[in-house]
Amino acid sequence: MIEKSCDVVIVGSGAGGGTAAQALGPLVAAGKSVLLLEQGARLGDAEFTGRELEMANRLYRDGGGFLTADGTMTLAFAETYGGSTVVYTGTSLVAPERVVKHWAIPDLPHSDIAQRSRKFAEANNVHLLPADEINENNKLFVEGAKQAGYDVEQFPVNVKGCRGSSLCNLGCPNQAKQGTNRVQLPDAERHGVQVITRAEVLRILPDRSLEVRVRRKTEGSAGAESEWAPGEYRVRARAVVSAGGSIGSTALLLRSPVGRALPRLGYGFTCHPALILVGEHAQPITNDVGHPKSYFVDRAETLGFVLETCMYFPFVTAKALTGFGPPHSAAMRAFPRLQMILVLACDRASDGNRITVDGDGTPVVRYRFAPTTVRGLVNGAQASARIFFGAGAQRVHTPFAEPPTLERADAPYLEERITTKHWKPGKIAVSAAHLMGGCGMGRSAMDSVTDGWGRVHGLPWLRVADASLFPDSLEINPYLTIMALADRVAEALKKDLGSL
Amino acid sequence: MHPTLRAIAETVVPATSALEADGWVTLDRIIANAVAARPPRMRRQLALFMLVLEWLPLFRYGRPFSKLNPHRRQHFLKSLQDSPLLLIRRGFWGLRTLILMGYYTQASTLAVIGYRADPRGWSIRT
Repeated sequence: MIEKSCDVVIVGSGAGGGTAAQALGPLVAAGKSVLLLEQGARLGDAEFTGRELEMANRLYRDGGGFLTADGTMTLAFAETYGGSTVVYTGTSLVAPERVVKHWAIPDLPHSDIAQRSRKFAEANNVHLLPADEINENNKLFVEGAKQAGYDVEQFPVNVKGCRGSSLCNLGCPNQAKQGTNRVQLPDAERHGVQVITRAEVLRILPDRSLEVRVRRKTEGSAGAESEWAPGEYRVRARAVVSAGGSIGSTALLLRSPVGRALPRLGYGFTCHPALILVGEHAQPITNDVGHPKSYFVDRAETLGFVLETCMYFPFVTAKALTGFGPPHSAAMRAFPRLQMILVLACDRASDGNRITVDGDGTPVVRYRFAPTTVRGLVNGAQASARIFFGAGAQRVHTPFAEPPTLERADAPYLEERITTKHWKPGKIAVSAAHLMGGCGMGRSAMDSVTDGWGRVHGLPWLRVADASLFPDSLEINPYLTIMALADRVAEALKKDLGSL
Repeated sequence: MHPTLRAIAETVVPATSALEADGWVTLDRIIANAVAARPPRMRRQLALFMLVLEWLPLFRYGRPFSKLNPHRRQHFLKSLQDSPLLLIRRGFWGLRTLILMGYYTQASTLAVIGYRADPRGWSIRT
């Protein structure tokens, strides 16, 4: 066991960890040592090839197909330098005021989240793409939504020099997306924060030490060697910031003795369960070129869903289409004519949905679809079908109909054809990438894991700074809010460090 | 390739029957790698599910799955997909996912379906 020590150790390098590292970076100039441990590898720019299977295996846990305990949903989250900010589309929204009010966290006003979110929007070059960079897949969404009577909003995105590869979710091959791997982490490293990749934190012990395993790069695998020699380490710190994401942070605390005093640890998991729906047009459209996600329709408050433009890769698309055999193959052969919409359901925190660990300490996500969540998905599928047909699609593929293909003649009967009676978990491909909760903020250990500044109840030296803090669903794309919260956590830690 | 898996692949993605020998080798390798990355318990469940899938049709059609004609294969797999039992639906979904991965991530397939995404983006579409 190799011993190391530092003042602050951060676990994870995504939206939360990367932001915390940047915010704590100036401590180094003041003589403090800041260390960041990332489980994944640091990839070279040339290793972002845009090839679906290769990049999924390089960047995502379980290749993006982490299964919930009952096998009815896959969860996508990244394990690499920059975490999930490497694989999102860069859509940058400020948390809705009504959501933060609903959270009702003491000392967490919406204005503070909004102000910090705007700071990171500026730092990470968030802006609206000009009209001449919008592809037909996105334009048809606007046109169809207008026909169907939905208000459409444009996503601000955090890109710089985007070439329109459409490969955002496989890691931008042109390094145009301004995730923490491009902005916050390099800045932190310039300030002297030491980043160690391929370093898995196994447990946090009550004496403020971390058990860490540094893995060797396997032959033929992508990414650089770890900055430390492979082996077992014990890292001692005055303060620990857990920022491994909803599942990573929660599982780490559950594996650790310190988690035993936290009765709410693991609870409150939400994830915006999502469906990929496709509409088939008569003519080819530009869909697999251009930024994939430019517009959205927000019906979270009234109907429990958000629709977003999207474009996925052949395997993900094939998996999302219901059925198999000739009809499925015909839809796939129509790829150049496909318009795509992502339906996100706004699920609610409930005690049944939670993160646990198995005997080996591996995370296990227990998730059951509440009737309101299924209703949100069906409402979203109906709205998507209206938009597809409004945009001129010939047919629409939806998992909530039997058979799953609707022709234009079905357009007047969408409410009768797309219904909850066709909901069959295990048949319909549901996935989620907005993983939230598990170390929720609140008032005391009886209702939460941390306070509104990410301080773990009863353990002032242990902080959480990622989406696991969310006490309930955010109802929008979460990364700016994660950065805002991580910034708050780092600010509080800087103030407290002298007394820890 | 395991005859049952090949029969399922030809039913889930009929276009696999047009694959050359190296296409089948690639498909088999992709699936084997994906399965190897899963926990031992899941690998055992998958092997057991394949066994059940091969022999269950014996009671309904008098033949194992790999000996059925394409129509009966389709019919049988649809009954698994729509089964009232989550365990069965989930098992079929897993197998279907592996086959789709094995076929739709092959470079030769991308040309067949007209998928053209490229890191150079707009610059090669003008």
